[in-house]
Amino acid sequence: MGALSIRNVRKSFGTVDILKGIDIEVEEGEFLILVGPSGCGKSTLLSMIAGLDVPSTGSIHIGERDVTHELPKDRDIAMVFQSYALYPNMNVAQNISFALEMRKVPKAERAAAVQRVATMLQIEHLLDRKPGQLSGGQRQRVAMGRALARNPKLFLFDEPLSNLDAKLRVEMRAEIKLLHQRTRTTTVYVTHDQVEAMTLGDRIAVMRDGVVQQFGTPDDIYTRPATRFVAEFIGSPAMNMLPVDAASVGAEALTVQGTSIALSPEQQAALRRQPAAGLVIGLRPERVQLGDRGVAGRLTLLEPTGPDTYAFVDTPLGGLVSRVAGTVTQRVGDVVNLNWDARDLHLFDTATEARIG
Amino acid sequence: MIRDRRSMTLWHRFAIWSVLLLFAAFFLLPLYVMVATSLKDMAEVRDGNLLSLPGSLNFAAWHKAWSQACTGTDCGGLQPFFWNSTLMVVPAVLISTALGAVNGYVFSKWKFAYSELMFGMMLFGAFMPLQVVLLPMSQVLGWFNLADSIWGLVIVHVLVGLATTTLFFRNYYVSLPDELVRAAMLDGAGFWRIFWRIVLPLSAPILVVTLIWQFTQIWNDFLFGVVFSAGDAKPITVGLNNMANTSSSVKEYNVDMAAAMIAALPTLAIYVLAGKHFVRGLTAGAVKG
Repeated sequence: MGALSIRNVRKSFGTVDILKGIDIEVEEGEFLILVGPSGCGKSTLLSMIAGLDVPSTGSIHIGERDVTHELPKDRDIAMVFQSYALYPNMNVAQNISFALEMRKVPKAERAAAVQRVATMLQIEHLLDRKPGQLSGGQRQRVAMGRALARNPKLFLFDEPLSNLDAKLRVEMRAEIKLLHQRTRTTTVYVTHDQVEAMTLGDRIAVMRDGVVQQFGTPDDIYTRPATRFVAEFIGSPAMNMLPVDAASVGAEALTVQGTSIALSPEQQAALRRQPAAGLVIGLRPERVQLGDRGVAGRLTLLEPTGPDTYAFVDTPLGGLVSRVAGTVTQRVGDVVNLNWDARDLHLFDTATEARIG
Repeated sequence: MIRDRRSMTLWHRFAIWSVLLLFAAFFLLPLYVMVATSLKDMAEVRDGNLLSLPGSLNFAAWHKAWSQACTGTDCGGLQPFFWNSTLMVVPAVLISTALGAVNGYVFSKWKFAYSELMFGMMLFGAFMPLQVVLLPMSQVLGWFNLADSIWGLVIVHVLVGLATTTLFFRNYYVSLPDELVRAAMLDGAGFWRIFWRIVLPLSAPILVVTLIWQFTQIWNDFLFGVVFSAGDAKPITVGLNNMANTSSSVKEYNVDMAAAMIAALPTLAIYVLAGKHFVRGLTAGAVKG
């Protein structure tokens, strides 16, 4: 049994199903990411883990305990909110020690905990200030400090970085990861940002419309996306998607817009095992090479990002994006050739969106 | 260009100040007449003009209004009524404000099934013509044996004021982020602790508004005072009315004016002392956390 298990959790408001049967197991010390577009149910699920909401059916276990119907305060969890939710009337030290005070921890111990957390987060000089006098990044630290002070069994983060500017977000992201490496507290982190998901998570649950589309390591999710949705949601620029010609599905070779596409032996075997009525081919932009052989097309747009350049090419197969390291010598309007390794293709069933190979 | 703009502002300022001064004078004139008349003796009142300044600062009329003027057969001035009003206002304001705060806290942060409907129904109380409650209220006061007592008036004002105080606090608390309450729940605080430690300390602006509002409403109330009180439990508004209506050979305008000033002074004083906070509280938005 893991540190946190979510078993067949469902939630409905009236006739609307917000969560449609969620099963997730998290091991002790793991960093779990719940990621998905807004409205996918990730925040509702987090609220239920926190005890601020109750599942319609199913159960939630922390360690050995079934906490489905326990009060938030009895669950031994701490949460960092999107708005930080610092108490405006208390100074930083009081904010951090409030939970300990509520749990009747003696004053000396509380002071020690505040000191320990403040040192860890480098906010010692802020202890006497009110939240209103702090910058966004400082508030973020205090919110984390408040969660850390208690040494909870479980840390919950609800989109904690979305109110920060881009530079600070990257800094705080690294700090959260460092903090987790030091404390090894089991963590559940909700975000809609795929980069946060990939960089922070030990395991990621990609959610959509109340269903977990894929639950796995960042590497799994990126290299073997279980559904077309996961493939398109994770990765930037998004994966190229090429609908296979209906006539060629089930035949020896697949064609896209009349052009034949070579498949690896494994993919051919997978197709024989799971015949599909319609197929979509996925291809990561960084696996598309810009060269002098392969499919010809016209360069329509270049987006240099510094380390990489995104090249948008109009080909007979449809529009394709290639992510090229460094800069590109060709210019917009030039005819270029694109090639790739057949093993880098992903095959998805059009109807079920499930991965075939 | 710059010169033009500067002269425009100057002209604008002049216009704005003139209008403001005109209106200030318009609103202050009655007050001036009251104060001036109350400081004259009757000879001066009869001879002089309504707007003329008193010859000297003569507080005799104030003294008489406070402790000697007759209402009916009693000639003890407004003093006893003033203390009646004080004894009524202080508990009525404190209790109605406290209950309104807790109600508002529940209606905004601890919603339950049909709580919105309940709040909506409660709003009727804030906009209901008060005459509607006179008969049932006197019935209830009779049952509890509280008719014609100061405590009876306190209960009436608490019940009548509750709808408004609840509305004030509820609307203010709606602007406090729900996440504050959730964070406190996770931190281990319960219903009352969250109220005392987090919600109430953030309520200063709306507390001031409600206290001033309730004080003014209850101190100035005449309807309930005249209907539900008798004998020596009458509030100052009723006392003032009775004093002004007590017929004697000479109408003592200076004493009447002084009495009216005495009745109005506490609310005036509250506005002068806390008016700034009143305006600030009315316009206060969400607390930035």
